[in-house]
Amino acid sequence: MRHNRAERMSEDDERQQSSPSDLEFTSNKARNCNATGSGSGHPEFQSPFPDQVLENVLENVLHFLTSRRDRNAASLVCKSWYRVEALTRSELFIGNCYAVSPDRATARFIRVRALHLKGKPRFADFNLMPPDWGAHFNPWALALAKAYPWLEKVYLKRMSVTDDDLATLAESFSGFKELVLVCCDGFGTSGLAIFVSKCRQLRVLDLIESEVTDDETDWISCFPEGESHLESLIFDCVECPINFEALERLVARSPSLKKLRLNRHVSIGQLYRLMIRAPQLTHLGTGSFSPLEVAGQGDQEPDYVTAFAACRSLVCLSGFREIIPDYLPAIYPVCSNLTSLNFSYANIDAEQLKPIISNCHKLQVFWVLDSICDEGLQAVAATCKELRELRVFPIDAREDSDGPVSEVGLQAISEGCRKLQSILYFCQRMTNAAVIAMSKNCPDLVVFRLCIMGRHRPDPVTGDPMDDGFGAIVMNCKKLTRLAVSGLLTDKAFDYIGRYGKLVRTLSVAFAGDSDMGLKYVLEGCPQLQKLEIRDSPFGDAALRSGLHHYYNMRFLWMSSCSLTRQGCQEIAHAMDRLVVEVIRSIGEEEMDDSVGTLYMYRSLEGPRTDAPKFVTIL
Amino acid sequence: MGVGLKLGKGGGDVGGEKAKMGFEETELRLGLPGNIRAGEGEVARKRGFSETVDLKLNLSSKESSGVDPNEKEKNLLPCATDPAKPPAKAQVVGWPPVRSFRKNMFATQKSSSEESEKGGAGNAAFVKVSMDGAPYLRKVDLRMYKTYLELSDALAKMFSSFTIGNCGSQGVKDFMNESKLMDLLNGSDYVPTYEDKDGDWMLVGDVPWDMFVESCKRLRIMKGTEAIGLAPRAMEKCKNRS
Repeated sequence: MRHNRAERMSEDDERQQSSPSDLEFTSNKARNCNATGSGSGHPEFQSPFPDQVLENVLENVLHFLTSRRDRNAASLVCKSWYRVEALTRSELFIGNCYAVSPDRATARFIRVRALHLKGKPRFADFNLMPPDWGAHFNPWALALAKAYPWLEKVYLKRMSVTDDDLATLAESFSGFKELVLVCCDGFGTSGLAIFVSKCRQLRVLDLIESEVTDDETDWISCFPEGESHLESLIFDCVECPINFEALERLVARSPSLKKLRLNRHVSIGQLYRLMIRAPQLTHLGTGSFSPLEVAGQGDQEPDYVTAFAACRSLVCLSGFREIIPDYLPAIYPVCSNLTSLNFSYANIDAEQLKPIISNCHKLQVFWVLDSICDEGLQAVAATCKELRELRVFPIDAREDSDGPVSEVGLQAISEGCRKLQSILYFCQRMTNAAVIAMSKNCPDLVVFRLCIMGRHRPDPVTGDPMDDGFGAIVMNCKKLTRLAVSGLLTDKAFDYIGRYGKLVRTLSVAFAGDSDMGLKYVLEGCPQLQKLEIRDSPFGDAALRSGLHHYYNMRFLWMSSCSLTRQGCQEIAHAMDRLVVEVIRSIGEEEMDDSVGTLYMYRSLEGPRTDAPKFVTIL
Repeated sequence: MGVGLKLGKGGGDVGGEKAKMGFEETELRLGLPGNIRAGEGEVARKRGFSETVDLKLNLSSKESSGVDPNEKEKNLLPCATDPAKPPAKAQVVGWPPVRSFRKNMFATQKSSSEESEKGGAGNAAFVKVSMDGAPYLRKVDLRMYKTYLELSDALAKMFSSFTIGNCGSQGVKDFMNESKLMDLLNGSDYVPTYEDKDGDWMLVGDVPWDMFVESCKRLRIMKGTEAIGLAPRAMEKCKNRS
């Protein structure tokens, strides 16, 4: 369940994932659910044969199974278990919205209260996929409205959601409680307005890294009057001004509000006013953290320190979108309680960071810009012994910019933060030695994502490729499930991954490898591989063929600007009829070009989708 | 990349340019190899895709990738790509893999939070589009289109029950024809209008496209019958301009 994760500061929310929950190969005949569609949801009572009694018992027992991995296993035991599991699954997770149709999903699982649905592949975030590719929420919204009138929660990632869809959600489910949209687009403030005005039971509205069109509608004012049930309101990604007075009134009448993340149009003075009304907050996104106008000499500024001090439960702090560092000391009172701190929008240097971070002894999650330099990372390493997750983003995301962080920072972190589980590190230079050190110092690593921004860049000290560094990671970090590689890499790196990366589920490759062997090593060696995304690497049709035995176990394979031909992809499509093989054209490519610009393929029960745009050819 | 060159075979089997780079490389390697990072990148990019002997020295049986390195250049955004020049590196699409809201972060912080609505000096010319009866507004970037027809198509997609009538690049002429204009406006079709720099509401299509982009502040799609009041003024303005 996603609630296992303490914070939702996700750029890429990792979820427990394994066996194909989005796909079932058991015979369709096993499906004989009683889809009554009524509010009570109980199957029709039949005379109590022993089998029926057993099923009732089973039903009661299976209610306790929450992990979808366990549920998938249970559903394969026999037809009876399949049936009962389908009746009792209340949280439905679908990792690829095209793997199964809304009708099929709603027909099998008839008592769903929460839906978690993912659409586009991750590389779409980086403009590698033309807009309007798909992942439309609309057919799902309509199917859900028909099948689950008691639906309470919808969690979408990388889906296209329209204002009409938001209206459908609000109008179709009287008990709707939670909406979380991560990396979604297609809707605007008008849609939000309709949604919040009609959802009287709303507890959670989280908009995370989504693109929200500014329709100039004052959606904050559309929350119904009277006491609200709001527990979480996250809108830091909404790039339009809001009605602050309405927000203030809303916060004042939301006694259960625990999580509030403001957008950058909220000034620090306005933040103050909100904080004194909501000292019970546990998660706060501070908005701009700068004043509307620069305060004059004699101006009386609010006592920000006291406001922060009053928030005794604050554990997660983010925002700082347009930070004026002079105001940073205001957060001193909460530092020692913080478990999560997101400075990834704050252009601060090491000296500004140090007084803050030296108090953050309990910090587990830290996102930051590389403006803090290696020196800042050393300060983090010195204090944050409980650190589990670190993300260092580039302030200047270009290949040839100056790199304020390097192997020095990584080495320091590895020595100071031994409990590290997840790291995302952007840099301009990195050595094998530092990566090897991290592999040995941080054995609990589950996620290792290193982005050396210069393509094909070798170890600057030895001149070697980065093979040995990544090799050490897969060898020494026995729990590793997610890996992103970069720098100069030969096929040897992939040999290591195939040999030692037995638990790797997600692999991201860019500008790496020499030949088909690289991809072969991975496809043949990594049995847990689910998501493979590759760009600009010299892997061709022969390599693609080597994965035939495994593609049905994967959620998707993405290969763009590699060495694939249409014929090679066609072969795969012919060989595997439950695989949807999409060839996506970029601008300037002709439909019958033999070389393939982008291949995106995924298993599916439904065959080729009917909503594919013109630039997609399904083989 | 350094592997082959260190063994001193950098000069031999590959092209002259690489040999030259190799020589420089070995020279500089006496000092700090990292300093020629920029140059390394250029060589490495070619090396990654083509069959170079140097890399093969250290690896067992390999299949040739047989890829034309020139093919990969299409990934690059338009920029000088002559490898012999010291790199003003072309920025590759989607690299580094940082989402655009993080990339643009500091650019937007410096400019005002209001998007420019005038055609003006900005790269984008966003204007709000409202349609009578529609529950919400949209925004369009006028600089994305080159003709009235393109704009018309885009608007039609957004608000699907509406036609722009006779507006094309010949729009100016058509609107000088009063009777044709009256036919259009009397129909039940919707008609696009815009507010110009002077604050006047005009029918879309009455001026050349470029002039329109410069002067349009916002768009409103109204019923043809309601727009009749505009026409005479539009005609007048046109006459004044021409």
